[in-house]
Amino acid sequence: MVDLSVKIGDITLQNPVQPASGAFSWEYNDVIDLNRLGALVAKTICREPRLGNPTPRMAETEAGIIQSIGLPGKGIDYFIAHIVPEYAKFTPPLVVSVSSETIEDFAALAEELSVPDVDVIEANISCPTRNSTGGNFAMHEDYTRDCIKAIRAKTKKPLWVKLSPNAGDIVSIAKAAEAAGADALVIANTFLSLKIRTDNFRPALGNKFGGLVSPALKPIVLRMVYQVAKQVKIPIIGIGGVTKAEDVVEYMLAGASAVGIGYAGFRNPTALISIIDDLAAWCDERGITKVTELIGAVRDQDMETDTLAAASVGV
Amino acid sequence: MTLDPNHNYSNAALRIGDVDRYPRRRVGEFIGIVASNAGVNDEYRHIVVKVHEQALKAYAGQMFHLLCPSPDGAEVWMRRPMSVYRVDKAAGAVEFLYKIEGRGTRGMGKLQPGDEFNIAGPLGAGFKLEPAWKNIVVLGRGVGLATLAPLSQLAAEQGVGVTAILSARHQGVVMSKALFEELGARTVTVLDSDGTSAVENVERVIEELIAARKADAFFTCGSNRLLKLTQRLGKKHNIPGQVAMEQIMVCGFGACYVCMRTFEVDGKRVLRRVCREGPVFNMQEAVGW
Ligand SMILES: Cc1cc2nc3c(=O)[nH]c(=O)nc-3n(C[C@H](O)[C@H](O)[C@H](O)COP(=O)(O)OP(=O)(O)OC[C@H]3O[C@@H](n4cnc5c(N)ncnc54)[C@H](O)[C@@H]3O)c2cc1C
Ligand SMILES: Cc1cc2nc3c(=O)[nH]c(=O)nc-3n(C[C@H](O)[C@H](O)[C@H](O)COP(=O)(O)O)c2cc1C
Repeated sequence: MVDLSVKIGDITLQNPVQPASGAFSWEYNDVIDLNRLGALVAKTICREPRLGNPTPRMAETEAGIIQSIGLPGKGIDYFIAHIVPEYAKFTPPLVVSVSSETIEDFAALAEELSVPDVDVIEANISCPTRNSTGGNFAMHEDYTRDCIKAIRAKTKKPLWVKLSPNAGDIVSIAKAAEAAGADALVIANTFLSLKIRTDNFRPALGNKFGGLVSPALKPIVLRMVYQVAKQVKIPIIGIGGVTKAEDVVEYMLAGASAVGIGYAGFRNPTALISIIDDLAAWCDERGITKVTELIGAVRDQDMETDTLAAASVGV
Repeated sequence: MTLDPNHNYSNAALRIGDVDRYPRRRVGEFIGIVASNAGVNDEYRHIVVKVHEQALKAYAGQMFHLLCPSPDGAEVWMRRPMSVYRVDKAAGAVEFLYKIEGRGTRGMGKLQPGDEFNIAGPLGAGFKLEPAWKNIVVLGRGVGLATLAPLSQLAAEQGVGVTAILSARHQGVVMSKALFEELGARTVTVLDSDGTSAVENVERVIEELIAARKADAFFTCGSNRLLKLTQRLGKKHNIPGQVAMEQIMVCGFGACYVCMRTFEVDGKRVLRRVCREGPVFNMQEAVGW
């Protein structure tokens, strides 16, 4: 039986499959055994209680869904008092995602969230519907550095940083986060998008813009993971379009140490369990004894290409 | 076995007869088999799905989240929520009554006996009957009656009398009359075609039931007008009530906060999740839509 465990810095995950923030809650315990997951990842929390965005919050498109939820929540005090204990009933490490519109408050929140039952702080600096100086800091190298530096100064917990696929040059932003003290990078959040209804000429979402979620985005995020992995030393968690075990393999080959899954759990509530089982079976069939052998194992140096082709292979 | 990339299922979903590796579950993802799927009138269809026994725990007002097949070859991205219309424990089947609205329900309409159908549930909080209630009034319109029908089964089991007010556009699309009557309910049909569905007339019918002490509680679904009416009459006569609400839904488990509706509690507006706190809510707290 393959050893599925992976390390993200000092944290050991029993397998590389974890839910994605916002697409998961302890309430999934109703349908799957949460103790089988690599980690538990809570919905992004903000300081004040928030109602979130106007409805509708989701619309289907030809190639996925767009959603804009608006980070609803009961605020950090309620979260620490009532929600952290719900997660603490389960064994996998708890990753707490956090967001704020100012860097000072972001750092203060991270400090307040550094309670014993929280194992990892995930800085969601990439909420697509926020602006780049107000919570979507991952659009810009300097804002990312300033924000992560400030958070790093206030917490000793492992710090994961969730990056935006909407930024022009994700590699520089990833390097800025690493330099500022991130322990791991989560790549990536959702793609900013828009749907207009042709029956009434109005935007389909109450908040107008939303984040696109789709398996069609996997090749784009995979490319980002691959490019970033070549340039940073810290581990990467790949998120975007994973719906089956081979997608986990693909992300790991590109350089990710683990993956996060959102949409697939909506389509199939038991998907995460299936993917863990299927990944073990996939490795066993191939005699792979440690799943970590896959990390960065893409064979990009000995590609089989037609030697007569004139153009060189792109990077 | 790893999944075919185009396969819509999860290897962890339960098929009929499977041993459940997570017996503590309250909710399952099931791969059922369609037993029948036929039109009941011009607008509505009735589907019977044989499923793993774990799915048969569903009770009135709860729903399943259905992975509808595509009607056109392109992907249907989200599941579609549907109330349980009936649980047939003897046949090991759950049933849904549905109206074809868009792509998801169109795909559902194409399912043939023997086809697989992936359903997740039972989800949400359904109807609750209080011991003090001896006679209830059920009011619904359109497909809302699919949600209310199993309530009369629950009432029959507990010896509670039911009057069902069935509202429809015309006689041809009156829903579930036979099912309600089979379960011992008295039915009153009100129609747009002859004007009997007008609020004033429905109000008169309800006032008569209240006077005859046949209305210890109201239950409604599928019509904002009926909700407003029963809210008003409930306030006036101090009669409690429950309403089943709908909203676009994503996860069904309470995680994503997409299916929110507004409620008024002690003068304050709050948002609640249709999939988790609902779909059945205290009628007086609902703001409507
Ligand atoms: C708790 C609950 C119980 C329901 N029970 C029944 C039932 O027993 N029988 C029945 O026929 N219908 C029921 N509905 C409504 C049913 O979910 C919608 O008719 C269906 O989702 C339409 O999908 P579509 O693809 O055919 O339509 P489309 O218009 O193509 O759907 C587009 C999107 O909007 C959503 N949507 C559209 N209409 C509704 C609606 N009324 N409520 C929620 N989401 C909607 C769809 O799920 C989809 O995500 C219920 C809804 C809820 C929330
Ligand atoms: C309904 C919904 C809510 C989300 N909320 C959050 C959130 O609060 N914080 C966050 O960092 N990402 C959030 N995301 C993004 C996901 O974590 C993830 O990055 C994205 O869905 C891509 O992964 P997927 O293709 O597996 O779904 C949300 C996604 C969805 C669909």
